[in-house]
Amino acid sequence: MDFNTILSVLDATLRLSTPLLLACLAGLYSERSGVFDIGLEGKMLAAAFAAGVVAALTGSAWLGLLAALAVSVMTTMLQGAAAITLKGNQLIAGVAINMLAAGLTTFLGQQWFRQGGRTPQLSGDGRFGPIDLPFAQQLSGVPIIGPIYSELISGHYILVYIAFLAVPVTAYVLYRTRFGLRLRAVGENPKAVDTAGISVVKMRYQAIFITGLLCGLAGAYFSIAQGSGFGNNMTAGKGFIALAALIFAKWKPLPAMFTCLLFGFLDALQIRLQGARLFDVEIPVQAIQALPYVLTVVLLAGFIGKAVGPKAGGVPYTKER
Amino acid sequence: MSALRPLPRWADIALLPLLNLALAFLVSGLVVLGIGHNPFMAIGAIITGAFGSGYNIGYTLYYATNFVFAGLAVAVAAHGGLFNIGGNGQAYVAGLGVIVVALALQDTHWLLVAPAAVLAAALFGGFWGFIPGWLQAKRGSHVVITTIMFNFIASALMIYMLNRVLKPAGVSGPESAMIAETGRMPKLGQFFAPFNYTPVNLTIILAILALVGVYVLVWHTRFGYALRVMGQNPTAARYAGISNSRMIMLAMTLSGALAGMVAVNEVLGVQNRLVLDFMGDVGFVGIAVALMGRNHPVGIAFAALLFGALYQGGNELQYVISGLDRTVVVIIQALVILFTGAMEGLFRPGLQRTLMLFSPEQKAEAVARATVGPEG
Repeated sequence: MDFNTILSVLDATLRLSTPLLLACLAGLYSERSGVFDIGLEGKMLAAAFAAGVVAALTGSAWLGLLAALAVSVMTTMLQGAAAITLKGNQLIAGVAINMLAAGLTTFLGQQWFRQGGRTPQLSGDGRFGPIDLPFAQQLSGVPIIGPIYSELISGHYILVYIAFLAVPVTAYVLYRTRFGLRLRAVGENPKAVDTAGISVVKMRYQAIFITGLLCGLAGAYFSIAQGSGFGNNMTAGKGFIALAALIFAKWKPLPAMFTCLLFGFLDALQIRLQGARLFDVEIPVQAIQALPYVLTVVLLAGFIGKAVGPKAGGVPYTKER
Repeated sequence: MSALRPLPRWADIALLPLLNLALAFLVSGLVVLGIGHNPFMAIGAIITGAFGSGYNIGYTLYYATNFVFAGLAVAVAAHGGLFNIGGNGQAYVAGLGVIVVALALQDTHWLLVAPAAVLAAALFGGFWGFIPGWLQAKRGSHVVITTIMFNFIASALMIYMLNRVLKPAGVSGPESAMIAETGRMPKLGQFFAPFNYTPVNLTIILAILALVGVYVLVWHTRFGYALRVMGQNPTAARYAGISNSRMIMLAMTLSGALAGMVAVNEVLGVQNRLVLDFMGDVGFVGIAVALMGRNHPVGIAFAALLFGALYQGGNELQYVISGLDRTVVVIIQALVILFTGAMEGLFRPGLQRTLMLFSPEQKAEAVARATVGPEG
């Protein structure tokens, strides 16, 4: 592989890891507060649909983004009502949200636009355009550094920069603020938090509110940044990859970024390797596609270090009577 | 106020699920209404589409067969306190077992092929359930996450197998060769004319046997007792000398094997070859079926029939009301899972309160209040 090929694979890696990273951080807030979230996929899908619809109707990507955030938060709150307030099974709530999003987006999309569940093609201001960072043009002539800056770092959608900015912000919030301390505590030992006079329910709702916002960003990325409109089931299991990445990163923000980059890289590689041969043996693309899932299983089994989630995760909190 | 008492059994197993189902239908009806269609016409079209003729009933029973297996798979795991959402992957991989056996034995007789295929499906599906079970029992990884991952791994594996291994020469799509006529599971239409040209086949007998088998196994055997004890209280189970890790592995293997039976119905009975994603989203419907049916074979039988009817009726919907199709059913299904599974607490307190109004204790209490006065 020459320099330009490597550069373009890395460029694709950044683009492909962005929704994973946003969803992964979304899951991080939820799960750190003790709410298991296998509904990331559904929230992203609902958000992607909302963004696609509103951007198509108004011609504004920003309004689309706003709609994505609103719908994603609403979906999250529905899941929260089931999993936090009604103390239902968090996993089943997630399954229901995934299915509801898949059904409703297909149904409404077909009803409103009659294009087999697709929203109309977006163009111009309906989509986020790539952003050229300052001096990208001027530096592009400089060897090595020039292309890296102008090709790899510059020229991405705004959501890409937001996603990578969200990593240090999350780390700061989690480890340096009172909110973060309480968030971590409520996922580890909700009773202690309750005893300290902090409402477990309120903390968890605040956490999943952030989850909703981040899933909204991730969803919008699919339909109005990377894609030009919503397509049926366009998140295609990325929510579950993000979940795998979250486990792989052991529920920590910085490792989450590296894991998402790794999984994004595998995805980019898989696209590039279609039909490629290594030592005269064709590499099955499926093997690379399955790698994140296999790695997560192996990690969870403790064969390469142990992934231990927040202790109170998955259990609805009930005050003692 | 006196503490709420648990619901009587009949309310818990029948009334509550029905209320939740009614709510799911109501919300779906509102969605249909919101889009400008008449929900009653839609329901009518679904019912006619599911039961209107022998042909329609045949299709309903074919879907119900799949859902019985998928529902039982979720239920068996649930009795042990495990949530198996890997039914899809287990059914998918089981298809591999069915097709290998069926293609090897296809020229003999279906009476030979069918039992061998059932065994192979149980073996392959059971194996795909056993690994997550083993990983939870021995390595402490959460069975839910592992089964999700195994669904995706199964998908990748099967795409590879269909494209590279099973695809016969001269076929362009990712699918296996056809099973010869002699090796296929006979359709019920061969014995019963109204079912002509419908996919319902002898696998439905297997489904009925599975329902009875699971009932006996869970409630009338030592294994079933141990399973339920573990599901209720793993600590108590350990003190009672039950090996939790062994039970987890057995339960997950059995669950996977049951999910694998879907492949027998689909591959040997209907498609007669292995195709991509032949199992659809059967694993997830299984969750809804098990929740609706309260993990009991009788409940599961009714719930599977209901979902079979919804599926078949949903297919017919598009021919009656233009614009409405199967996705309405996916919404209903999701709402059933939401209301019956995750929002189970929605109606329970209200129902408990309502039923208490009719209980003798409540009456006595009310009489006492009335005689002593409001301050007492």
